[in-house]
Amino acid sequence: MKALEIKGLKKSFRSNFLIKKFNILKGIDLDVEKGEIYGFLGPNGAGKTTTIKCIMGLLSPDSGEVRVDGLPAHAAAARQRIGFLPENPYFYDYLTAREFLLFSASLFNIPEKEMRDKVAALIHRVGLSGHEDLKLRKFSKGMIQRLGLAQALVNDPDLLILDEPFSGLDPVGRKDLRLLILALREQGKTVFFSSHILQDMELMADRVGIILAGTIRRQGKLSELIARSTQYVEVVCDRIAPKELARIHPDHALRDNQSVLTLAGDADVNLVVESIIHSGGRILAVNPVKMTLEDIFFSEMAGGANGVPTSQSNGTGAPPNPSTLGGKP
Amino acid sequence: MKPAIRGIAVNTFRESARNKMFYLLVFFGILFALSSKLVSFLTLGDAMKVLKDTGLAAINFFCVLIAIFTGINLVYKEIEKKTVFNILSKPLSRDEFIAGKFLGLALTMLTALGAMAVIFFAFVAVSGGGFDLGILLYFFMLYLELLVIVAISLLFSSFTTPILSFIFTVSLYLIGQVMWTFNEFKDYLAIPLWRVFTQGLYYLLPNLHKFNIKNEVVMGTAIDPWSVLFSVLYALAYVLALLALTVLIFRRREFQ
Repeated sequence: MKALEIKGLKKSFRSNFLIKKFNILKGIDLDVEKGEIYGFLGPNGAGKTTTIKCIMGLLSPDSGEVRVDGLPAHAAAARQRIGFLPENPYFYDYLTAREFLLFSASLFNIPEKEMRDKVAALIHRVGLSGHEDLKLRKFSKGMIQRLGLAQALVNDPDLLILDEPFSGLDPVGRKDLRLLILALREQGKTVFFSSHILQDMELMADRVGIILAGTIRRQGKLSELIARSTQYVEVVCDRIAPKELARIHPDHALRDNQSVLTLAGDADVNLVVESIIHSGGRILAVNPVKMTLEDIFFSEMAGGANGVPTSQSNGTGAPPNPSTLGGKP
Repeated sequence: MKPAIRGIAVNTFRESARNKMFYLLVFFGILFALSSKLVSFLTLGDAMKVLKDTGLAAINFFCVLIAIFTGINLVYKEIEKKTVFNILSKPLSRDEFIAGKFLGLALTMLTALGAMAVIFFAFVAVSGGGFDLGILLYFFMLYLELLVIVAISLLFSSFTTPILSFIFTVSLYLIGQVMWTFNEFKDYLAIPLWRVFTQGLYYLLPNLHKFNIKNEVVMGTAIDPWSVLFSVLYALAYVLALLALTVLIFRRREFQ
């Protein structure tokens, strides 16, 4: 059974006095396995928050199905298993951190007595010890985000849904939150988080779904998405004459007194390597250059599905040139 | 009561109780009630009657003000500041949310009215008036009226802005004070359709005048127990109907 399953989710909004209809979600299909960190990636306005609001029952979908652990997401039993951190959370500023967490616990119908010890442990866990009796109006953005995560954990959820959890955090806060989320996965929790920051995805996500203009454009394991996308292979060698190299492969260049041959991703690398050795050359390295998530993302944004990097990824506006691509060896 | 509803009610009460405006209004309510002594010095006639009359009117005015201001803001603020996202994503229904909000407001009003009432009772006793059971009944009826006002403001705050909620609630409050005239006015209408319309409004809009027994209390005339019982039932039915309408609107509400 999937931790989260979304099928054919559609949502539209009307504006201009009910005249114009905007289709925000155009049929979202995605699934999240238990115990994984799923990164929901998309630019601003792609439909990430709308999808999350449909999961959490804050918006009613036009059509489609959302299931949590096999249960309809709107059912109380499903909600009981979810911890949710909204985007840019704002909590009651007249409450202290402890009061707020006790209040959050009460919404799960957890008796207050039972929660007192848990709340103290949660405050410690998110690094807010010593601030439990401080009013939230005195909290910084980072502290609010930590508290938001604490309230999302108050019911010991199986599934955590975090909407842009890193937004507005400084580097230290980002790292702390990242470590906390990774620790939650170690405990067997499932984490579904949205972000438009690629680095967060690459550092944390087991699987990624890319949403653009209300549709899921790509979904899969991050390692597979990147592995599938070998752009080209660099063969580095020396001790071979340029003429000989030109005979073996026309696309070659000299870099730091070493010859670099650039082969297409699907070229017969073995044949080229054998030819170089046969001609007396020495192989120094064979580097398959894969697309980064950024390349994949921008490729999808440009409407391509074949992994061809766009001007946005090489920053030149020119056709892809292996020497300027920031590929991962 | 479910811990979730109790949690929302307590939090609503806490929000009001930690608001400076709440204390300011309670303070002015008490101040104006006590200043009735001054008015009684300046007026001819029975000083105790004047004291009760102006004191109760002051408490009434400030309690209504508190009911309207807290009622129109609470749900709207939850939506505007997006704290509602956090609440409604938990395993509680929107009906329970509204129920918790209303109970919290009812507790807030009980506290405000209770504080003013205790001080006013002491003040009347010190002024030589003794303990007047009629005043206690007056406060009970005022509390019923406040519950209706709170339910009205909660209804409006669930779908519109505080300014519009304020205008609608105050309008209904003022209409509610003269609602009894509608019943008499209809007899003077020649067109049957207008008569039906006026009669319809009479039953539809809140008849807050039913809860006002100040004249009877101040003058010391008898209060019909059946009329009190009817007012209690009327308040209960009206509040339940308003809450049901609020829930119906709130269930359909989307939070973008």
